[in-house]
Amino acid sequence: MNVFSLRDIRKSFAGNTILKGVSLDVEAGEFIALVGPSGCGKSTLLRIVAGLEHPDSGEIRIGDREVSQLRAADRNIAMVFQSYALYPHLTAGQNIAVPLAMRKLTGMQRLPFIGALRPGQRRICADIQRQVAATAVSLKIDHLLDRKPGQMSGGQRQRVALARAMVRNPSVFLMDEPLSNLDANLRVHARGEIVELHRRAGVPTLYVTHDQSEALSMADRVAVMIGGNLLQLAAPQTIYDDPSHVEVARFIGQPRINLLPAIRDAQGMVQFGTLRLTSPAEPGQAANVTLGIRPEFVQLRPESQGMLAARVERLEFLGSEVIVFAKLAAIGETVLAKVTPAEARGLTAGQAIGLQMDPSRMMLFAEDGRRLPSAPVSAAAREAVHG
Amino acid sequence: MADVALPASAAETAGRREAQIAWLLASPAILLMLLFIVLPTIAVLVLGFTDFELGYGGFRFVGFENYADLIGDRTFRRSLWNTTVYTTIVTPVSIVLGLGIALLIESEPRGRDFFRTVYFLPVASLLVAMATVWQYLFHPSIGPLNAFLALFGIPGPNWLGASSTVVYGLSIIGIWQSVGFNMVLFLAGLTAIPRELYAAAEVDGAKSAADRFRLVTWPMLGPTTLFVTTISVINSVKVFETVKTLTEGGPNKASEMLLFTIYQEGFVYLRVGYASAMTVVFLAILVVLMILQYRFLDRQVHYT
Repeated sequence: MNVFSLRDIRKSFAGNTILKGVSLDVEAGEFIALVGPSGCGKSTLLRIVAGLEHPDSGEIRIGDREVSQLRAADRNIAMVFQSYALYPHLTAGQNIAVPLAMRKLTGMQRLPFIGALRPGQRRICADIQRQVAATAVSLKIDHLLDRKPGQMSGGQRQRVALARAMVRNPSVFLMDEPLSNLDANLRVHARGEIVELHRRAGVPTLYVTHDQSEALSMADRVAVMIGGNLLQLAAPQTIYDDPSHVEVARFIGQPRINLLPAIRDAQGMVQFGTLRLTSPAEPGQAANVTLGIRPEFVQLRPESQGMLAARVERLEFLGSEVIVFAKLAAIGETVLAKVTPAEARGLTAGQAIGLQMDPSRMMLFAEDGRRLPSAPVSAAAREAVHG
Repeated sequence: MADVALPASAAETAGRREAQIAWLLASPAILLMLLFIVLPTIAVLVLGFTDFELGYGGFRFVGFENYADLIGDRTFRRSLWNTTVYTTIVTPVSIVLGLGIALLIESEPRGRDFFRTVYFLPVASLLVAMATVWQYLFHPSIGPLNAFLALFGIPGPNWLGASSTVVYGLSIIGIWQSVGFNMVLFLAGLTAIPRELYAAAEVDGAKSAADRFRLVTWPMLGPTTLFVTTISVINSVKVFETVKTLTEGGPNKASEMLLFTIYQEGFVYLRVGYASAMTVVFLAILVVLMILQYRFLDRQVHYT
């Protein structure tokens, strides 16, 4: 069941098209990471879902309600901001209580002094205090409730912001790069915590980030946005192994995927060095294509062995692995190979080597970036071609 | 041993040199401050204890005689009271109006520059010159203000000519002049409020503008409001030009204000000693007001 869905959301600012028709369905309890390079429109999309921006066209449904005409306050969403956006003049406890007080108390009741005289005030306030305390305990910030944001560390502020979002039971959680202001160690730790909190609360979450490792490690499904389009929405493993678009392949993966230009002939045959792929094509149409292969599927061979001849440009030692930058002799493109330190032993810059690529791991992309189906040509078939 | 001691003393010498250079660089400012701020203040304090009159060669110390005279001086008491009334009207009204206008201008991007300029004009214009315009506006028989009131059947008062209304007339001019200044300060304060706080307030359920004002705008404007209040109080206590050009303290001393009374004593009756004593009282009032403000308001203000 979809608890939350977007249909063909479009938005432009002063002639700049930011969102070019984005659709997205979120199922109950799902954690969706919205990832993309900066300026791809992911934050705008989140603000549109929150009701802080209004789309030019499109439909937003939360539960069975169409909410695109509703104000942010009426959408029953909660949001964690990149800067946390805590009210600096209120203590942590008061900050967490704001969403409850705004909804449960009338404007009169919230007035100092006069409010205390209104009927029911005391009971509601006690209720709010209880909920605040419970949320604080679950986030382990109950000892911070009397502190103001200025007296807290970044990590503590981030927890208070989370608590403020969680204290009410929203139907959707929105998070706008909530970890980007933390230092690297804390960030990895906080990732696990947010995932854990999400698992416990079970509220569908839309999590915006520019950090692909955050997206891949935290989300049930990853939505990759590039240039105002949602290019792929799939499980992290699928996004990585089976990207549907060359931009997705290029954006996801560290170190980046190897992309090599090739030509598909009229028979649907792609040849690159001694590497051959078939790809069903409109007959009689030759076309430019792009071959993609992740660095971990490129293996090193001694000189004049393997599929392609290359020369080592430089090596990057990363501890458990070594990235080898090798320039192809034939076309001058640099190919990255991810190998173990043992395999890289003895390699030096300038050395001639051979590269072997796993044909079953090759991906083929059309000129417009679409993924093309492809299959390696088996040894038998190759014999047949060569006669 | 000598090797160890040497770097320490070198550092000491360097530190001393740096201190010398610091004093040298600061000395022009220190000299100017002494000359133009500290010395005149001391001079006023000292003169307040003398019977010095401009034009006479000598003077003698009279102790607290001037201050004793001040207590019994009806003109001085009158001007003290008038200044109080004027300040208690002009300060709050000009702050509330300034904030209101700033909020209106901030909320609507169209015509922002135009309105900002229009409301700031009174601040930039010469009050002495504009006083003539106000004299016309307030004129009992040909003035547009009373003509407007007459439309509703209200007989307009003789604003600047009657002792019962003259302070209120001057207050209106005072408000007119300081609203623009306060507005500009509030506008600056408003632009410094992070937009994400408003987004958070919106998501948290602050639906009405009043809710967002209470939750975000007003607390975040705290430092600005404190500053605006301070400046407004000082400016209203210092009212002078309108009194001098429009009423000369009249009718029947009904619009005597502190600074005008000091001016009369010092530069018209040339009793510098007595005027100095008044100035000391004037300064003391300002200092006490500032201390009180910072004591009470500073605690309420949040500085980010």
